[in-house]
Amino acid sequence: MAKQDALFKYTLRLGDNALILSQRLSEWCSYAPLIEEDLALTNLSLDMIGRAQALLKYAGEIEGMGKTEDTLAFRRSERQYYNNLLVEQPNGDFAFTMARQLFISAFELYFYSEMEHSKDKTLAAIAAKTLKEVKYHLEHAKDWVIRLGDGTGESHYRIQHAVNELWMYTGELFEMDDVDKELIDQGIATDLDAIRPLWNKYIGDVLETATLIVPENSYMQTGSRKGIHTEHLGHLLCEMQYLQRAYPDAKW
Amino acid sequence: MVTATYSKEEILEILSAIADPEIPVVSIQEIGMLRDVVVSEDGYEVLLTPTYTGCPAMGIIEADIKAMLLEKGITPVKVTLTYSPAWSTDWMSDEAKEKMRKYGIAPPAHSSCGSIFKTEQEVVCPHCSCQDTEMISRFGATACKALYKCNSCKEPFEYFKCH
Repeated sequence: MAKQDALFKYTLRLGDNALILSQRLSEWCSYAPLIEEDLALTNLSLDMIGRAQALLKYAGEIEGMGKTEDTLAFRRSERQYYNNLLVEQPNGDFAFTMARQLFISAFELYFYSEMEHSKDKTLAAIAAKTLKEVKYHLEHAKDWVIRLGDGTGESHYRIQHAVNELWMYTGELFEMDDVDKELIDQGIATDLDAIRPLWNKYIGDVLETATLIVPENSYMQTGSRKGIHTEHLGHLLCEMQYLQRAYPDAKW
Repeated sequence: MVTATYSKEEILEILSAIADPEIPVVSIQEIGMLRDVVVSEDGYEVLLTPTYTGCPAMGIIEADIKAMLLEKGITPVKVTLTYSPAWSTDWMSDEAKEKMRKYGIAPPAHSSCGSIFKTEQEVVCPHCSCQDTEMISRFGATACKALYKCNSCKEPFEYFKCH
């Protein structure tokens, strides 16, 4: 695989993760259980849309076909998206959203800590910036998972349920294919095998503190590396892309 | 071809008058967002760095920069976003921090986060200078701020997060 092609796909994946989770979190706007959470969840969403913008802009430059971050966000269909299945899962209840956030933010913390030293200067710069933001996302999710797990019977049940339901989407975070291998050899990509034990340890510690049970590693759902998604992504894109699909090139 | 010529220093001097749209008491220069100006035959390139990747004020700041320079006949102007080095609250001058405090926002408490797991400590109330404060929410009305309350004067206040 040519380096340029690999770098385009890799950057697109990272951008897609940020974009899709940003869209999901924005759905909480005005629906959060308390006003501070409304602010928090939309702040997270804002950080991620900024990151998505930077990454997709860079992806468009690498590809060299004149696509902007907007073209990439609004003119691709489901099968052309490469975000992890975890981030497209519906918000569910508040516990579900927080469990998803804990899993992804812990992953991103370790992922971008490595990416900060990437030989690709643009990715390294975006990583350094992202890292500062992810730290807040992770602390926030961790506090809530512990509070819910170590809370009432109801909150404990809900967060354990969320952890169990989402667990099968966590294996995919660490999947690597030719794109990863090509770029790891060049010192650009993060070696996911190296961060997996760190993630397992961190998540194990948090769940233990929260008096929760770490699910067994049995069946793990996969597909996003090939653009195969759960049914939820299509619905999300319908809403997110509606305006640009109905009125192409509409300007604000 | 550019006819009127201004030096980098002159442009920076002009732009230092632009206020941060979210915290109007400090300028984009004092807060560390205005990084550099590159003067070339093609015109003037202003390098800006966002405080947070999703900072919604960037569009307004870009428009402010272009409008201010255009008014003085300085064209063409290009505004470029740069991410490296990543913006840090360490770039904020003591003077800017003091202005922020007087405005009612607690300035960043300690030097930039060394450990990524480090949490905020000892945020001083901007109203009564008491150190007995507590965090209400890590996230506030803008990406760069958290919500706190003072246990002494009981006033809620915003804290500009260390970054």
